Amino acid sequence: MSEAHSGEHHHETEPYAALRTKALESLLVEKGLVSSDAIDALVQAYEQDIGPLNGAKVVARAWVDPAYKQRLIVKGTEAIAELGFGGSQGAEIVVLENTPAVHNMVVCTLCSCYPWPVLGLPPTWYKSHAYRARAVIEPRAVLRELGLALDDSVEVRVWDSTADVRYMVLPRRPKGSEGLAEAELASLVSRDSMIGVAEAGPPSGVGQ
Amino acid sequence: MSRSPDQRITNMDGDAALPRDNGELVFQAPWEGRAFGLAVAMNEAGRYPWRDFFQELVAKIAEAREAGAPTSYYDQWLAALETLAVGKGFLTTEELDRRTAEYQSGRRADHH
Repeated sequence: MSEAHSGEHHHETEPYAALRTKALESLLVEKGLVSSDAIDALVQAYEQDIGPLNGAKVVARAWVDPAYKQRLIVKGTEAIAELGFGGSQGAEIVVLENTPAVHNMVVCTLCSCYPWPVLGLPPTWYKSHAYRARAVIEPRAVLRELGLALDDSVEVRVWDSTADVRYMVLPRRPKGSEGLAEAELASLVSRDSMIGVAEAGPPSGVGQ
Repeated sequence: MSRSPDQRITNMDGDAALPRDNGELVFQAPWEGRAFGLAVAMNEAGRYPWRDFFQELVAKIAEAREAGAPTSYYDQWLAALETLAVGKGFLTTEELDRRTAEYQSGRRADHH
């Protein structure tokens, strides 16, 4: 794959510390001392324990504030900065709204570009060759395998991230969440729903 | 793995306290989060007691202050992890140098 990186769709230039971390992880994994999945799970646990991911707050705000949602869709990076999140090394964050007719999903086909100021760290599967290759070719099959069965009438749009433009999905507000406050809404928004491989979760109690 | 965060880690204080913004962990770049997760995962896997990492981290932070080096918290975190991993015999500095050079030159890609 390394040849592909010299193309237009390039990697960010990685600082030495990033390369060193990668080297350390790959050696420790190779020696069977730790697993990448365990690292993923821990980072997520520590980030989520401390509060909802930044992206979830952005989504919840958009659900309760139509004017904010409008700004978010038109100028994602600026609207996200309104909530104090940013710092993506100059990369633009574009927000894609899911509707009953259109479902958006995000991939980075050549590396692992990801809107990390809002979503934290990319999960290992997002960086996997299988996801990167198949999301574009057969998105519905990939979504189905990840547990999201979409009606045939729903159009699926796949967005390929780059070093300059990162995408985040604005999932649909779940049914039954009408009475919830913004903070409660944020807790329904999973990382996967903002990558577009899941829906935002139903409020607890709904369907019981 | 669904165990909740270890309070010996989340509650480290003084110079070793994790950088936070409004209570949330802050990573200035993805590698910082990765380095964080790696050190915690190695501890959870029983490769070393957290105390060992903590002492190394505190030592690195003190060294950096002494040297007046403009480095970040996670630079020291990474240095502590490296020293500990070498000290425990998990890998050698030569191996790590070689692997780093492979990533740097693009001879090795970061996905599997």
